[in-house]
Amino acid sequence: MSKLKMPVRSPSVDMTPMVDLFFLLLTFFMLTTSFRPQEAVQVDTPSSISEKKTPEKNLITLLISKDNKVYFNIDNGADSNAHMRSALLKMIGDYYKISFTPKELKKFETLSSFGVPMVKLKDWINATDQKVRDAMSVEGIPTDSTAVGSELQMWIHFARLTNPEAEAAIKGDFTSDYKVVKKVMDILQDKKINKFDLTTNMEKVEVKAKDIK
Amino acid sequence: MAEIIESGGGKKHGKKGRKAHGSTHVDMTPMVDLACLLLTFFMLTTAFSKPKVMEIVLPEKEKKDVKAPEVDKDKVLNIIIEDDKAFWFNGMAVPDKVTNQMPTLTAADFSKDGIRKVLLLRNKDLFIKMDDFTQEVLKGKIKLPKDSVDKRLKQFKKEDKTGPIVLIKAGENVKYGNLVDIIDEMAICNIARYAIVNISPAEKEMLAKAKALLPPTPAVKQSETK
Repeated sequence: MSKLKMPVRSPSVDMTPMVDLFFLLLTFFMLTTSFRPQEAVQVDTPSSISEKKTPEKNLITLLISKDNKVYFNIDNGADSNAHMRSALLKMIGDYYKISFTPKELKKFETLSSFGVPMVKLKDWINATDQKVRDAMSVEGIPTDSTAVGSELQMWIHFARLTNPEAEAAIKGDFTSDYKVVKKVMDILQDKKINKFDLTTNMEKVEVKAKDIK
Repeated sequence: MAEIIESGGGKKHGKKGRKAHGSTHVDMTPMVDLACLLLTFFMLTTAFSKPKVMEIVLPEKEKKDVKAPEVDKDKVLNIIIEDDKAFWFNGMAVPDKVTNQMPTLTAADFSKDGIRKVLLLRNKDLFIKMDDFTQEVLKGKIKLPKDSVDKRLKQFKKEDKTGPIVLIKAGENVKYGNLVDIIDEMAICNIARYAIVNISPAEKEMLAKAKALLPPTPAVKQSETK
C-alpha cells in the first residue's frame, strides 16, 4: 500500500441538462430576435409616454443626428418583392439625370439609411464596406431648398410616388436643433404628410389625480 | 469542457457471442461550443424593446384665402419653449385693455412641478374625468376591450369644453428634446387641444424681456426633471 491508487473513472460531469438549457435558450433567442437595422448615425431619441409601436413596413424614416444632419431611409418591411427601393432610386436617378446600373439598383435595396447628396450617392452605393460608407455620410441629405426644391424634398416626393402607403417618422436626437426638425416637418407638410410619427423611447410617468384636487 | 471518452469495447465479442454493450457516448463538446457561441451571439444582438412612436398631426399648410380658426382667447394658454424652459402666459399677446401692459411670461421647467402643474390645474376637470375612468377600468369595475377604452377617452377629449387650448411656440434656442417633452406633457395632462404654431414678433419681445428678468443661469439640474 505504498502507492495511492488514482481513480480510474474519467472525471466527466453530466452536461446533458446544461446542453438542454443552452439549446432551449438558443431556440428562444433565435425565434424572438429581430436584428437592429444598421443606421448611418447613432441617434438618442427623447422619451415619451406613448405606447404606439413603430410600424414595421412602409415607413420613411428621417433621422436627424446630433449635429443636425438629415438622413433618409425607406423601409418596406419583409416584403421586398416589390423592389420599391430600387424603383425609388431609378426614379430619382432619372430626375437628377444620374443613371444607375441594375447592379447598383440591386445593391441599394440591401442597404439602409443614407445621408449623402445625390452626386455622391453612386460612390456610396459602390463603396466596398460599411466603414467607407459611414465616412462618407457626414454631410447628410441637403435640405436647403433650391428653386425646384431640396434633395430631401425630392426623396420624400419620390418615396411617396413609389409607395403611396408609406408613412413618415422623424427620429431625431434629443439634442438636435428644433429649427432643423421644423424644416423637416415643413417639408413633410409641403408633401401633404400632415400626420407622422416621432420616434421616442418609452418612459412611465405617474400623475395622481389627488395631487390637483 | 473537455471530456475524456471512455473507449467502449468496440468489437470485442463476449464468450457466448453476446452483443457488446459499449458506451454510446458521442463527443458533444464541439456542439456545445457552437451552441454556446450562437447563444451568446443572439443574446447580444437581440433587441427586445422596439422603439415607440408618438403621433403628431399638423394642420394642412395654410392656404392664402383660408383664415386660421378663431379661438376663444380666455381659454388660450401659450407656452414658449426656450433654453430648456417653458415660458407661459394666458390669452393673447396684446396689451391689456385696462392697464395697457403686455401679459408677463412666467418661467417654468420641465419637471413635474413645473409646466405640468400649470397644465394640470388648467385642465383639472377633464383630467379628473379621464383619470377616474381609467382607474375604474384598471380596477375592473368597467369591463371594456382596449379599443373601446381608447375610444371613450378620445370621446372625453372631444366633448370637453373646460380645458385650455394650448399653443406651443418655439423660441430661438430650442432642442428637439424640449419639443418632444412639451408634446409629451400634453399627453400626460390629457390636454384635448393643442397646436404647434409660429412665434410672433410681439411674443419674441416678451420672451426677451422675461429672459432678462431671470436670474443669470441658475444651475438647473437636468436630472431632477421627471
